[in-house]
Amino acid sequence: MGILAWTWILVGVTFALYIGIAIWARAGSSKEFYVAGGGVPPIMNGMATAADWMSAASFISLAGIVSFQGYDGSVYLMGWTGGYVLLALLLAPYLRKFGKFTVPDFIGDRYYSNTARVVAVIAALIVSFTYVAGQMRGVGIVFSRYLEVDINTGVYIGMAIVLFYAVLGGMKGITYTQVAQYCVLIFAFMVPAIFISFQMTGNPIPQLGFGGTGEDGVYLLDKLDGLSTELGFHEYTSGSKSMIDVFAITTALMVGTAGLPHVIVRFFTVPRVKDARISAGWALLFIAILYTTVPAVAVFARIKLVETVSNSKYEEIPQWVNNWEKTGLLEFADKNADGIVQYVADKEVNELTIDQDIMVLANPEIAQLPNWVIALVGAGGLAAALSTAAGLLLVIASSISHDLFKKIIKPDISEKGELLAARLSAFVAVLIAGYFGINPPGFVAAVVALAFGLAAASFFPAILLGIFDKRMNKEGAISGMIIGLSLMTFYMAKYKLGWIGEMPDKSEWWFGISPEGFGTVAMLVNFAVSLVISRLTAAPPEHVQEIVEHIRIPSGAGEASGH
Amino acid sequence: MSKTDMKAYWKENLGYLAILLSIWFLVSYVFGILLVDQLNNIKLAGFKLGFWFAQQGSMYVFVILIFVYVRLMNKLDKKYGVDE
Repeated sequence: MGILAWTWILVGVTFALYIGIAIWARAGSSKEFYVAGGGVPPIMNGMATAADWMSAASFISLAGIVSFQGYDGSVYLMGWTGGYVLLALLLAPYLRKFGKFTVPDFIGDRYYSNTARVVAVIAALIVSFTYVAGQMRGVGIVFSRYLEVDINTGVYIGMAIVLFYAVLGGMKGITYTQVAQYCVLIFAFMVPAIFISFQMTGNPIPQLGFGGTGEDGVYLLDKLDGLSTELGFHEYTSGSKSMIDVFAITTALMVGTAGLPHVIVRFFTVPRVKDARISAGWALLFIAILYTTVPAVAVFARIKLVETVSNSKYEEIPQWVNNWEKTGLLEFADKNADGIVQYVADKEVNELTIDQDIMVLANPEIAQLPNWVIALVGAGGLAAALSTAAGLLLVIASSISHDLFKKIIKPDISEKGELLAARLSAFVAVLIAGYFGINPPGFVAAVVALAFGLAAASFFPAILLGIFDKRMNKEGAISGMIIGLSLMTFYMAKYKLGWIGEMPDKSEWWFGISPEGFGTVAMLVNFAVSLVISRLTAAPPEHVQEIVEHIRIPSGAGEASGH
Repeated sequence: MSKTDMKAYWKENLGYLAILLSIWFLVSYVFGILLVDQLNNIKLAGFKLGFWFAQQGSMYVFVILIFVYVRLMNKLDKKYGVDE
């Protein structure tokens, strides 16, 4: 059977599964819609969090990024896993004890202020929308590559599926589909990785394999260092970014991860505080299975690719190269017309342009694996994109129906009315996300990475201080969030998007820190502003100080409630 | 739970956090970034040690840290009678 037939079968079966789960797990109350009724078992919540977290970018692009950046790619590996340690130790248990539905709920109550609530809602919406647009686009791209349909058709199909289970099932439907999606995506990622590791090193465990030797007895990493320098790239195992920038980017990604509302809200779905702690552990374990495999895949794919194409005659090149040329992910331009592929770092001489996504997408073909494995990668990419999109859409929907509508505009809304409002907001959010998926604003790709900086600069300090600093008051937290968020937005607009005056050169970066790493600086400013202003203004009222004491003790968490 | 017990519980919790977060900082920022060049002179099979910490070791330690934290906190909750 061909690749296309296999892909339709696998995508069809997995989609039917997601829809089946959605019908079985539909939400009957607003509590089920927002936090899945608060009764999700910790291991399942771990899987759901892992799928929620790992997006199309983690699944398809990350190995390619690491493959091209070598050591510099470590910022993503450490940043996107290390944040879970912060989340588990500093935030999740206490937010679970607090026991509401959303992150703005916590900010609004802890800082006894609807202004704080609104600032939090705006931050949640900015972060989630920039992120979700990329996911819908990802769904479209996977569809177009594997099923040979138009990208926009792919986005429509993705919208219909997400619409179905997010609107119908709410958090309950999303949770159980995410569990299924985790299983699909991890299987799809690991099968080719294990095959290739075994082929190249004789060791089926990729994490160990890439520290081993190839058939010629040379360590793979030494060989890759040699190949890289030979072709004019920097040595694979050492970096080209400055140390301070690596430090800042890693921090921004870690702290941003801990501050992302769609991740935090997953910890409201478990019954007890101890379940929140352990499910963060499960989540990171399930994420680490993929994340520790990524650098191995990066090395295998890079060596295979260079060995296959570099200095080989174009006419004799394997079929898969031609297949991927058709998609535009690989482009060969024979500049010196010698019929031989020159792949080097020097842009003037280089004849082969490689899209980073190819490292995962073409991997099974490079290793000559059976067609069903190739199709499986497509189904895995879709699972990764859909699960993240759904999680983000839920945050958007609940920010509007719960935080704005129920808490501010119309507090006397009935339970039924709120559930309807939640469904309607989810519906509208899917349409907006789909619109951005079809008409991606040019800056989306650039901004997705910065969503972490925004989360780091706004939520993380406000939540952390809300738990660990009893004296923190609304004046401090609100000004901290606003200044942190504005500073980050300004830096991004000036140094990343070039919206303010001319695009400045790298040498003008503050402290040599890139826009990707600037969230760290904005976060520190947020902390400083919050602490100084809170000490100059009145202490928070007695009942708020009691809330803080209450959330520090795990017993009596009870069920999550909106009242 | 009495006020003194509450203070003691919180203090022990903060003690655990300080130790665990120091290890978190050590394996990622110190071994994986600040000392990466020095550690790269040591080799572990085909891996340079600094590179290994940045792309493998730190992540293993992160997972272990959370599970250790869970164990410590469950014990602490029992000790102060605040477990569920």
